[in-house]
Amino acid sequence: MSEKNTDETPVVRMVNITKHFPGVLANDSVDLTLHRGEVLALLGENGAGKSTLMNMLVGLYRPDSGEIYVKGKMAEINSPQDSMALGIGMIHQEFMLVGNMTVAENIILGMKDLPFVPPMADIKAKITELSKRYGLQVYPDKVIQDLSVGEQQRVEILKLLYRGADILILDEPTAVLTPGEARDLNEILKKMLAEGKSAIFITHKMDEVMEFSHTVQVLRRGKSVSSCPTNTIKRVQDLANMMVGRDILFSLDRGPYKPTDVMVEARDITVLPIGGGKPVLDKVSFSIRGGEIFGIAGVAGNGQQQLTEALTGLLRVDSGTILLNGKDMTNKTPLQVIKSGVSHIPADRGRMGVVGDMSVGDNLSMKKYRTQELSSHSVINRSWVRKFADHLIDVFTIKTPSQDTSVKFLSGGNIQKTILAREIDSCGGILIAVYPSRGLDVGATEAVRQNLIKQRDKGNAVLLVSEELEELLMVADKIAVMFEGRIMDIVDADKASTERLGMLMAGVEREDV
Amino acid sequence: MRLALEKRDYRSTRMTVLVPIVSLLISFLLGAVVLAISNVNPLQTYGAMLKGAFGSQTKIQYTIAKTIPLLLCGLAVGIAFRLKFWNIGAEGQYVAGVIGITWVMQFWTFLPNMLLLPVGMLIGVLCGAFWGGIPGALKAQWSVDETLTTLMMNYIIIGYAEYLYINAWKAPRGNMGTVRYPEFAWLPRIWGRVHSGIYFALILVVILWFVLYKTRWGFELNMIGKNRRAAQCQGVSIKRNIILAMLVSGGIAGLAGVIDSAAVTHQLTKGVNSGYGFTGIIIAWMSGLNPFVSIVVALIMAALETGSDALQLMKLPAAMGEVMQGLILIPLLAGSIFTEYKLVTHTSHKEATV
Repeated sequence: MSEKNTDETPVVRMVNITKHFPGVLANDSVDLTLHRGEVLALLGENGAGKSTLMNMLVGLYRPDSGEIYVKGKMAEINSPQDSMALGIGMIHQEFMLVGNMTVAENIILGMKDLPFVPPMADIKAKITELSKRYGLQVYPDKVIQDLSVGEQQRVEILKLLYRGADILILDEPTAVLTPGEARDLNEILKKMLAEGKSAIFITHKMDEVMEFSHTVQVLRRGKSVSSCPTNTIKRVQDLANMMVGRDILFSLDRGPYKPTDVMVEARDITVLPIGGGKPVLDKVSFSIRGGEIFGIAGVAGNGQQQLTEALTGLLRVDSGTILLNGKDMTNKTPLQVIKSGVSHIPADRGRMGVVGDMSVGDNLSMKKYRTQELSSHSVINRSWVRKFADHLIDVFTIKTPSQDTSVKFLSGGNIQKTILAREIDSCGGILIAVYPSRGLDVGATEAVRQNLIKQRDKGNAVLLVSEELEELLMVADKIAVMFEGRIMDIVDADKASTERLGMLMAGVEREDV
Repeated sequence: MRLALEKRDYRSTRMTVLVPIVSLLISFLLGAVVLAISNVNPLQTYGAMLKGAFGSQTKIQYTIAKTIPLLLCGLAVGIAFRLKFWNIGAEGQYVAGVIGITWVMQFWTFLPNMLLLPVGMLIGVLCGAFWGGIPGALKAQWSVDETLTTLMMNYIIIGYAEYLYINAWKAPRGNMGTVRYPEFAWLPRIWGRVHSGIYFALILVVILWFVLYKTRWGFELNMIGKNRRAAQCQGVSIKRNIILAMLVSGGIAGLAGVIDSAAVTHQLTKGVNSGYGFTGIIIAWMSGLNPFVSIVVALIMAALETGSDALQLMKLPAAMGEVMQGLILIPLLAGSIFTEYKLVTHTSHKEATV
């Protein structure tokens, strides 16, 4: 992108911002400057303090010390209403939309000065006008739950534009998008900048930094370590180094592909939705051998999660057969599946992977507490648990003040390492990992991938569900693409191309289309 | 300067001790206002209440005798609450227990004398477990909301008990109440009014503490209570544990009823729905679900009840006792926020630097 002049008053200036959380210094005297018409990429590992910094700009948190100037004036931002009044709006990773209401209703929801009966016709006209101006294709009468994730994101953007925001903060906006949708987002951003708006966007992805931003600011452990124009960055590797503070191995250590016996076999698994309609899983069949990483690609919401839940006993299948380690495990309980040797790194780490209010030590022992290793005669041996947990914290380099700290106080990467440690330690041959590196920084992502490969090299069967083709191409031996509950095709990873996989993900069956 | 609440890193031990004491003081202040409006001297009234609860050996015995069923009900409710299963049916499970033991006492006369009490207690506990197990099973199998089922089932069993003591099981003479249990089948007293039920209650406290904090099952209950979905992913059966916890919860509430009838009332009669089951909810909540803390809380609640009887001697209406109980509870419950959160002062940006 072209360079922007920087001599006018910055639209946002954050000076010396410091913020403490219990046991964590989330931001340590951070400065940030955003100019009119500029896109600033805020780059950093998980727990580096990016979201905290932005949450202070939109009034969700208050800084312990430091000042915020908006358009040259010192601002006291105590709530999202305050920040909206200053023209600052944020699009969070989790969209804040009401599923069964229309686009127009969602856009005006929560607005203060509306008449008792809102003039919907005028509102819709304004929405249509805005969406045309910025190339945000959205129909005001559509109901949110019928929209794709990309469309929902556009509604979020419109919501902010409608309220007159000219400074937009996007928290990992492309994490949920297909490559095509991400390109559209880039176009939309460009149009908004042309109108004099500015944006800050939080990301982990280096290529996006290069593609989207004018300026890049890197945070590391709560401190700002670098801030420079994007076009002065020579190599992506340099950015990555700044972010983690060391050289990262982009190539992973992996042994030769030596598949053994079939350990996981799915035959015609079908799951019907509760209300009736199109099957959630439609005759899904595949097999995974020991010493093999079987990747599943696809845009989120095409049945991947249901498939892994069916395999782990969390979801009943309506027909079909599941064989794990040679035994029929169709519709068995989660405990029976675990006992047959399956470990599971679930998609939603906060809701499914850990118990946030329990300690790191307790969370690490949530598989083994029922075994002789940690308890005898139904009584848990606390000193065994302590030793066991300290060992895993050490081996998997989990950063935590102590094993007694509640897991919810750890960063996303360390929460995932906790899950990884527990599941790998208790793994009996089959490891099912669902979006294991989602939202993680480079360092943690590397650790996750390397651990998956280690399991494969040990001769275990690994099922890896991922949204990132790059990850699958790097890690997996075979890749299956899922679309609308079906497996479109299964290809060898070394023969697969991004283009072909992208087509399959979009539901295009043949190469010649 | 601005005040704000901030979540604590850990539960503060200092606050856990300090908060109830300060809350209690605030409670008494509030109560004093109400008493002053009613034209009585607050200090005198409190003195009378204290005397009513602990003023003499007999009064202390009364208070302790009341503590026993309250403690058991608190323990019962606490188990279900660990799972975030809102069992507000301890009252009904208590009554089910009384019906169970009365049934044995009245009709199982074929039993040798020695066995009458133990068998009666066992059947009573099973009745309580059964009555608690039904909403547990409904929730586990069909996700039926437990607040409604447990509450409604109270009224079913209370109504049924009424039918029994007024009609079906009524003793030949008098117009209500069943035949008294044979004297050899009473739970013996150990110190005046204080009966041997206290052993059951205290032993149960130790057992429960051990089970909840030391065993695999306790660990599972903790997991389910704090994150049901994660527990499920770890192979913990939610259905089985809900039903199991409700069987235990109902059983303990049933035990409360069994003990109180075997030691105090010796029959099924009016007043069987004593309110112990409902007070148990407060006890479980205020004790932070900790069995040992429940002992203290149950004692306070019992003292409040026996103490407020003294209010009538001050020419205050009997309902005033309940008013006082409510006034004392509210600050205690509200105060618990300070054990989880701390008050911090924020300096605003302007004052900070430049």
